[in-house]
Amino acid sequence: MLSLIIKRLGIGLIIVFAVSIIIFFGTKILPGDAAQIRLGQEATEANVAAMRERLGLDKPYYLQYLTWLGDFVRGDMGVSLASDTPITSLIADRYINTVYVAVLTAAIGVPISLTLGILAAMFPGSLYDRILTFVSVSLVAAPEFFTATLLVLLFVFVLGVGNAVVVGSAEGKGLFELIAHFALPIATLSFVIASQLIRMSRAAVLNVMSSPYIEMAILKGTPRRRIILRHALLNAIGPIVNVIALNLAYLVTGVIVVEVYFGYPGLATLIVQAVQTRDFVLIQGLGMIFCLTYVILMLVADIAAFASNPRLRHPK
Amino acid sequence: MRDLEEQPHFVAPYDESVSFDELPDAPPTQAYRPTITGWIGIIITSFWLFIAIFGQWLAPYGENELPFPDDYSEFQVPKEGATLGTDVEDRDVMSRIMYGAGRTIGISVAATVMAYFIGVVLGIGAAVSDPKVDMVVSRINDAFLSLPTIMLGLVVVAAVGSSIPVLIVTAGLIYASVVYRLARAIGMEIMVMDYVEAAKVRGEGRWWIITREIWPNARMPLITDFGLRLIYVILFISSLSFLGLGVQPPQADWGSMVRENLGALQYGDSMLAVIAPALSIATLTVAINMVVDDVSAHGGGKLAKRL
Repeated sequence: MLSLIIKRLGIGLIIVFAVSIIIFFGTKILPGDAAQIRLGQEATEANVAAMRERLGLDKPYYLQYLTWLGDFVRGDMGVSLASDTPITSLIADRYINTVYVAVLTAAIGVPISLTLGILAAMFPGSLYDRILTFVSVSLVAAPEFFTATLLVLLFVFVLGVGNAVVVGSAEGKGLFELIAHFALPIATLSFVIASQLIRMSRAAVLNVMSSPYIEMAILKGTPRRRIILRHALLNAIGPIVNVIALNLAYLVTGVIVVEVYFGYPGLATLIVQAVQTRDFVLIQGLGMIFCLTYVILMLVADIAAFASNPRLRHPK
Repeated sequence: MRDLEEQPHFVAPYDESVSFDELPDAPPTQAYRPTITGWIGIIITSFWLFIAIFGQWLAPYGENELPFPDDYSEFQVPKEGATLGTDVEDRDVMSRIMYGAGRTIGISVAATVMAYFIGVVLGIGAAVSDPKVDMVVSRINDAFLSLPTIMLGLVVVAAVGSSIPVLIVTAGLIYASVVYRLARAIGMEIMVMDYVEAAKVRGEGRWWIITREIWPNARMPLITDFGLRLIYVILFISSLSFLGLGVQPPQADWGSMVRENLGALQYGDSMLAVIAPALSIATLTVAINMVVDDVSAHGGGKLAKRL
């Protein structure tokens, strides 16, 4: 078990390494020169050359890459080209904002959708099951901004609560203001992950339901609720945890569109600005943060799958 | 998800009508007859395909033409001359949706075709070739797969700027890695079958095995997956456009239309400018999904559960 986890961690490290290469050299082929961008169009050639030397841009690419990676590991992501401030201070507040939304979504969305999915698995083929399946299948295929628009319609114009456009920080707001502040982005993201989670948790429980020991339980007359909750669910936990981790990893990408939609001041809006202003030092830093989170969550998913399934732990 | 994909398809207990646990992903023996959901999906998908091809000639106004040149107010409510109202720059929303249909669907189809061409060629190639070659290609592929797609898209767009060819190639390459994995898995499954073994013993060449043994058996699941992949590519392209990094204004595209008109959310009665393009994408992707589900349920495949 331990050796498997270490092996997975090793693979994860290699992937992060590969990601850093893709991100660094991907942004290196950008037209334009960091020194030139920072000094502006009027800079003399001597100034630009001096700046290049100061930023280390005159060194060969592989040395630049190693310096950048070393700095990143120590928590120094360089200085933004557009605003001339250290990236770490640019990111700090927004990082917390994004984490708020992600954690709240997970805390609210995951338990609700698991319950719905397991309920659907308890009554397969019932009207409830069919409606839930249809809704979740449709939501999987619909873009995030469609779900967001529907929710805005519902909350703001029918119920008269919530903010269509979220601005500013959460500080100094009362409980109800806070709820209104976060309601729409979190509801949207919850819907997006719920559609996946409901389908997968339902499939995971039903999958276990077709195994021989469940048949045995049915034959000996165990009540259906007991079969699902005591026999099937415990064995479906592994795949379900796996699905949860994968969905949280999916949140990393989903959050980009949702943050931009609601104008939420998180990391995602920052990275879109960075791409628009071609601030590639910022893109490198943010890209690494996003990919790291994603890779870590995928790792958790893998380890969860191993931990819960002895057959994966001891391959033939 | 990865775990679930590889399991054989499940059969709910107490269901006597479905009793074959081992239904293959093979071509169905009976001709495909759509169910009601299948028909609804087919009708909506064909409707959008029709608009995508002929929309620019059917549109009442040009892409950037103003229906009311004398009236400068934005986000007008639907009225005579502008069935779906006007957008942030006072252009006709319906005409822009019709123009945008061609662009959104065209880019997505082109990208998916490219993804399939690259993915299937490399995937089947990896399945029939030396395990060492397979390992190298698969590991490189895994590194790409381990990145969130939209991040890859952002980095590429930041690097080379956004234009329609760039979008097609980016989406095509990103999704090629997913198709590669699927094609390789299917190819591998077929390669260990007895009939392939028999062909090898007979002394058939590699090309013969690919065209006569693997392709006929891999075709059906791959074609069904094409629909699914198309949905993801449409969502990817629209998301990029929504972020302002896809199709650039003044060209119309459904994703960028949602972005441009986000301001309409503040005016209650003219939200159509946002709803209409978002609803267009949703109806299209949900409709394709219905068709895919229907076809794969008919084939008894596992694809319905892959989404």
